[in-house]
Amino acid sequence: MSILAQILVVVIALSAVVVVIALVRAHRLRERYAVIWLLVAFGMTVLVVARPLLDRLSLALGISSGTTTLFLLAILGILGILLQLSVSLSALEEKVRDVAEAVALADATRPIEEPEDG
Amino acid sequence: MTDATLVVTPAHNEEESVGLVVEGVRALGLRSLVVDDGSTDRTSLVAASAGAIVLNLPVNLGVGAALRTGFRYATRHGFKRVVQLDADLQHPPEAIPLLLEAADRGADLVVGSRFGSGYDPGARRAAMRLLSVVVSRRIGVRITDPTSGFKVVTEPLLSEFARYYPAEYLGDTVEALLQAGAFGASVIEIPVPMRQRFAGTPTMTPHAAGHFGRVLLSILAGRPGRRGR
Repeated sequence: MSILAQILVVVIALSAVVVVIALVRAHRLRERYAVIWLLVAFGMTVLVVARPLLDRLSLALGISSGTTTLFLLAILGILGILLQLSVSLSALEEKVRDVAEAVALADATRPIEEPEDG
Repeated sequence: MTDATLVVTPAHNEEESVGLVVEGVRALGLRSLVVDDGSTDRTSLVAASAGAIVLNLPVNLGVGAALRTGFRYATRHGFKRVVQLDADLQHPPEAIPLLLEAADRGADLVVGSRFGSGYDPGARRAAMRLLSVVVSRRIGVRITDPTSGFKVVTEPLLSEFARYYPAEYLGDTVEALLQAGAFGASVIEIPVPMRQRFAGTPTMTPHAAGHFGRVLLSILAGRPGRRGR
């Protein structure tokens, strides 16, 4: 990986950090999700800058190119985040359903023109 | 025992038929609860005018959610059993006593099965037959119509359903049966006459195949119902 590519990755990671922090400050991103993205940016930077670390990891895994290891880790990380989001979404759907049902239950309409029910 | 029985009708844009359903139920001396599942037509008004208690879900959540809302209403207001009756008049309200008699004989869950003329065409029929076999084997009772929406639910299963009830297509029928089986409820199926759909739009959608797969997955996972913590 060239120096230029390394610089590019670090710049992207730093930009991501800036964007994530800005989103949190604007209350458009919850801290708990922000942490995940900051860890991703941090991990990417470490692996790219600490080149020997990446190479040693690749060697241990039997992968010939450090870049491939980087891609592998990136994809696994993304899949992990997607799965986590699906779980969050499921919980959210359940909560929305609970809330909607509670609203309906709190607002029962009595039968119209029902003398014996008063 | 009719005082302790509530007829719950989930309705989504069924203004043409829901009034007749409610009137049919009340003619039997039973209380009618219509859960309006985010309808955009006059379903809610028609149902209330016909003498039903009406719950309005603020957004369309699907039959399962509408039913659970009904079960929750029932348990909170002291009803001991719920008759689940569709709003499209495919099951005549006059058939309710048939189900209640079966429930009186001690079943926790009574399923009214449709022995309909020309009810299931083609691939759908095959899919339903497969579901029937799988569900019957899993709960140990022969169920020929696992997607029937005509049922009686009695305590304590009623409280179980009020806590958790599957929301998605096929969930409110097939998965609910599996849930009842897992809960240890006694389930029986009895044949009831059915009419063709009177009004409204069928719930069969292009997504049905996907949901069919999801239900099979849920059966294979051996864990119907009870999601989350």
